Amino acid sequence: MIEVRNLTKKYGDKLAVNDISFKVEKGEILGFLGPNGAGKSTTMNMLTGYISSTSGEVLIDGIDILEEPKKAKSKIGYLPEIPPIYIDMTVEGYLSYIYDLKKCKLPRKAHLKDVCNLCKIQDVRGRLIKNLSKGYRQRVGLAQALINNPPVLILDEPTVGLDPNQIIEIRTLIKKLGKRHTVILSSHILPEIQAVCDRIIIINRGEVAADGTADEIAKNITNKHKMTLRIEGPNHTAEDKRVIAEAIRQIDGVKYVRADMEREKGVYDYDVETDGKTDVRRAINKLCMDKGWNILMLQLSDLTLEDIFLKITMDEGLDKAGSAKSDKSKPRIDLKTSADGKLSAVQEDEEETENSFFSEESDENDGGEE
Amino acid sequence: MLAIYRREMGAFFTSGVAYVFLAVFWLFSGLFFYGGVIGSGTTDTSSLFGSMFLIVLFSVAVLTMKLLSEEKKNKTDQGLLTAPISLWDIVLGKYFAALTLFIIAESIVFVYAFILNYLGDVLWTPLLGNYFAMLFLGAAFIAVGVFVSSLTENQMASAVLCILALLGLYLSEMFVSGFENGNKFQKAVYFVVSKISFYSRYIEFTRGVFSLPSVVFFISAAFLFNFFTVKVLEKRRWS
Repeated sequence: MIEVRNLTKKYGDKLAVNDISFKVEKGEILGFLGPNGAGKSTTMNMLTGYISSTSGEVLIDGIDILEEPKKAKSKIGYLPEIPPIYIDMTVEGYLSYIYDLKKCKLPRKAHLKDVCNLCKIQDVRGRLIKNLSKGYRQRVGLAQALINNPPVLILDEPTVGLDPNQIIEIRTLIKKLGKRHTVILSSHILPEIQAVCDRIIIINRGEVAADGTADEIAKNITNKHKMTLRIEGPNHTAEDKRVIAEAIRQIDGVKYVRADMEREKGVYDYDVETDGKTDVRRAINKLCMDKGWNILMLQLSDLTLEDIFLKITMDEGLDKAGSAKSDKSKPRIDLKTSADGKLSAVQEDEEETENSFFSEESDENDGGEE
Repeated sequence: MLAIYRREMGAFFTSGVAYVFLAVFWLFSGLFFYGGVIGSGTTDTSSLFGSMFLIVLFSVAVLTMKLLSEEKKNKTDQGLLTAPISLWDIVLGKYFAALTLFIIAESIVFVYAFILNYLGDVLWTPLLGNYFAMLFLGAAFIAVGVFVSSLTENQMASAVLCILALLGLYLSEMFVSGFENGNKFQKAVYFVVSKISFYSRYIEFTRGVFSLPSVVFFISAAFLFNFFTVKVLEKRRWS
């Protein structure tokens, strides 16, 4: 229904959208996800023919938007970020104007009534738009997009400015519309996308960073299954760490083991990556039983959409900042900061204990804190 | 085009621009009518039309200032540019709405003619000739105004720019009037300025010359500036 091929947009030297390609099938609800300034709105503006592309093409139902703009545009209902409403008109007058503008052939009265009912604005039809609240204006904007029943709906952040009840209403409405229309929806609100969309495209820095259902994306991003283990060895020393890591590495299906920092006294965490096919948890358990080690924690790190989003959109920024340290233990930033806190606490203690003869005291203090 | 035309006509009245425009236009034409026609005991309305040139200039700027600048500022142009219509539909819809209001305003002269009818014989030929001359002048001015309005997001800037552009053309004519018998360069400047002048072409009509080239000039200017406006909208899309 919608096909985008190698779409690129440059503003002067700045590359706003870089070589985006995707396809949307009929009846699909596609979610555009991305941080602010990622190129969501620019892409949508190109899809609707508001701005041109620098290169690449957009086909709506097989019609090129730049070659046959009128025909292609008649198939699109567009709700831009700021609804294109004239505030000095009444809702009725405005929708009637849009009806004329789109050269709608459906019976006027019945169609406008349907649309108003759908967007729940029938009770404000006679009022001037400037007297309406943001939520109502947004719904008038949506109503405007629905006039003439376009097969494609493009909605740029449709729930901005709505209260929670209205958000839920609009989401259900969009889901309902998805049965008859092909919908592209942009948002930076993750639960919204997850609740409404069949498929998600994550855009970052003008490029498609991920494309697929939430599960697919999660799989692709994590690639392999990851887990974090905390195993207590017999000696509580760094030697344990080496032995345990080596032993886990021997297990079938384990691809990568990395001993992490000391979380408890003499006990280390291990980041384990598997090939994704074998479940190694039982094997690890057995190994520990045989060797007499204790598993204190086993945590599967399956990423939620939120993690994925953060991972995709933050990665580059962090890399660019050049902090390899934060990259290392990114999945547990919270823990890390607390670990930092501990570290600094330890250091302070040490300074104090250096003043007061014994270093053992510092250990006690440390233990007490944990 | 018709949808936009109708909306703009409505917007002129709801925003009050139409009332201001009509009030100013009718007030001054009334003054000129009273002072220049009735006051001097004639039934020839030509002097009224001659005096109206500057009023038309200023009032057209007010009439057209928000036509496109407001759309851009409020981002309602997104609705227009993504609707299944052409850029010409948008520009002409707005242009003809303004032109209609202008025609309504200048048709006040028929009321004056009606008044004159009681005082003596109305000279219909110069009145009609002048009426159409002013119509063509307005058509050209409005096109310039719409064009200027497409360049900016600010209504006031649009109005000031429009007045500056039109007044500039008008004043340049005064400025080069001494060049007619000057050296070659001065003659060349005079030639160019007098060819693109709105004022002297218009004033010709009030002296009783219905000049067809001038009619063609005004219509061409109207077309040209509407064409420029379309190009501005198109360029914005491609930038």
